Amino acid sequence: MSGLYVQVEGIGLWTPQATDFDALRRLFAGDTPAAAASRPTASALSLNERRRAPESVLVAIEVASQAVAMSHRSAENLACVFASAYGDQATTDYMCRVLARAPGELSPTRFHNSVHNASAGYWTIATDCRAPSSAVCAGYASFGAGLLEAATQACADQRAVLLVCSDTAGAGPLGELIGCQLTFACALVLSPASEAHLPRLKLTVVADAPRHSPLPTACVTWTHDNPSAASLPLLAMLASEGGECVLPASERHGLRVEMEVNA
Amino acid sequence: MLVTPFPLAVTAYTATSALGLGLDAHLEALRQQRSGLRANDFGDAPLPCWIGRVEGVESATLPDAYAPWDCRNNRLAWIGLNQDHFLPQVQAARQRYGAARIALLLGTSTASIGATEEGYRRLDGDQRLPADLRRPVIHNPHSLTAFVADVLDIGGPCLTISTACSSSAKVFASAERLIRLGIVDAAIVGGVDSLCDSVLFGFNALELVSPEPCRPFDAARRGISIGEAAGFALLERIDARPDAALRLLGCGESSDAHHMSTPDPSGRGAELALRDVLDHAGVAVAQVDYINLHGTASQKNDAMEAALVARLFPPQTRVSSTKGLTGHTLGAAGIVEAVITMLALREDFVPGNAGASSPDPACTQHFAWRNESRPVRIALSHSFGFGGSNACLAFARTATDVSA
Repeated sequence: MSGLYVQVEGIGLWTPQATDFDALRRLFAGDTPAAAASRPTASALSLNERRRAPESVLVAIEVASQAVAMSHRSAENLACVFASAYGDQATTDYMCRVLARAPGELSPTRFHNSVHNASAGYWTIATDCRAPSSAVCAGYASFGAGLLEAATQACADQRAVLLVCSDTAGAGPLGELIGCQLTFACALVLSPASEAHLPRLKLTVVADAPRHSPLPTACVTWTHDNPSAASLPLLAMLASEGGECVLPASERHGLRVEMEVNA
Repeated sequence: MLVTPFPLAVTAYTATSALGLGLDAHLEALRQQRSGLRANDFGDAPLPCWIGRVEGVESATLPDAYAPWDCRNNRLAWIGLNQDHFLPQVQAARQRYGAARIALLLGTSTASIGATEEGYRRLDGDQRLPADLRRPVIHNPHSLTAFVADVLDIGGPCLTISTACSSSAKVFASAERLIRLGIVDAAIVGGVDSLCDSVLFGFNALELVSPEPCRPFDAARRGISIGEAAGFALLERIDARPDAALRLLGCGESSDAHHMSTPDPSGRGAELALRDVLDHAGVAVAQVDYINLHGTASQKNDAMEAALVARLFPPQTRVSSTKGLTGHTLGAAGIVEAVITMLALREDFVPGNAGASSPDPACTQHFAWRNESRPVRIALSHSFGFGGSNACLAFARTATDVSA
């Protein structure tokens, strides 16, 4: 196939040791990771929604807000794709515990927070966004598959698209089996490549195995502890304004990402 | 960049639900208006409600090679894949285009969470999932798509869309974009959701489950009846399959920006999705012969949707909900109702709005309360989900009907 060309207008990031893209950039430059933060602010949500929303939603909203702010776009017109390998595992753990013990006691709010599109729902409500919104997953390849979906929307419909990819630490017997131990979320605002001053990505579906330049030790640990951290090779390219990588996009194919920086 | 506009050829499709296995069973049940709903007999302490349960899922077995994928949802997927010669038609497409040039996009709301629920009921002495269920691939929302990709030997993009009740309608839109941009030549779309405690007790906690068989658009409707289903369709470039009788004309998507679990009563988001699909399909409202409505039998959806139909469509457009027959199959509702919509096109047949005995006064003359035989050339399917996720699909039967 010929490639899809998109430009990156905004970047968001939150993990306890790097709470925005600048912090990640410093880490890529050799700084030691910061002391761990406990909870994302997610200030786009009303106080009431912030109380009702689980951590999975807070972290997705936080990175979405960062990326949209950097893009100077209005969220209400942005199509959005929320990717997550596992959804909200802590809520799934809660649901399965209650269902095993006393199913009649299930909380209606926890149930509506359990849907995979909970973050997309909270985000579109908070930003008054009536553009298309989606919630997707593809196992450990969720970031690559979500990036392909978002870039496809951007190129096919000639519009800007917000991509969020996030996972939170698991809990209980499910958490023990899956082994996702860290909260990690990132967001990109993508649009069809048109402006010379913005970093431009060429995306190609390939049969190649995943590959990328070495990452700092802290980042390697994150990639083991959270599937959404599979975005780090691309975030490193955006920090250094150059490079190439192949992201996993399914069991059998990858997404080659080449960065082209105009002089 | 290679750009292929709409339409796409729909060259194979199938559905399995409480109405039976495959297209013939569905058509027969629709013609007889025979509901597949039954008193809830799912689980140890069933809620007093009605469900749309597929016969034989418990006793179905997966071939040994797929044993790690075994769970109720993937068994239902397997039953669904084996209807209507769907597997040989995928095989032919794979030979035509190559495995890497076919995408797989499936919708599900809860995937195989039923297996996780079962594991929590049978934790071992160390409070871990029991040995037979210590299979991470099924405790994962991508379980369905990864399993089907394995069965179908798909080498192109594979994605699960999980936007609650619009999931397996939105897969058509994503597939269309991949084909339009030339990333693939064909796509398998569909969805599977199976009965589980999460949705039965979850919707019950939201007070949305009816104690009697659901009655979409009835004045005295009392909520939804939850069902399970599997459905699939094969979409191909129209230039590769110009003789195909059924076509996907367009897809429309929007968000409500209103509430997590109830639709915007103004119907503003739903109307945006409808205008989007008509725009993409190049179809005027007067050309729409039939709409298969979302029609869940919840108070708020049906009030919003009846008003939407009255506001936008001329009286000759016929509309109905078929959830009184299938139940609300959640993440599989989009594909099941897309298949019913295609049967309506194939058969020149408008299925009656099952389950309603005293229509809501808000329902206009558009509603087909009984089956009708009439030409159906262009038809829509509505899917409006939790979190305000809306999707509408437009299908057509070609005027020169050269193949079945």
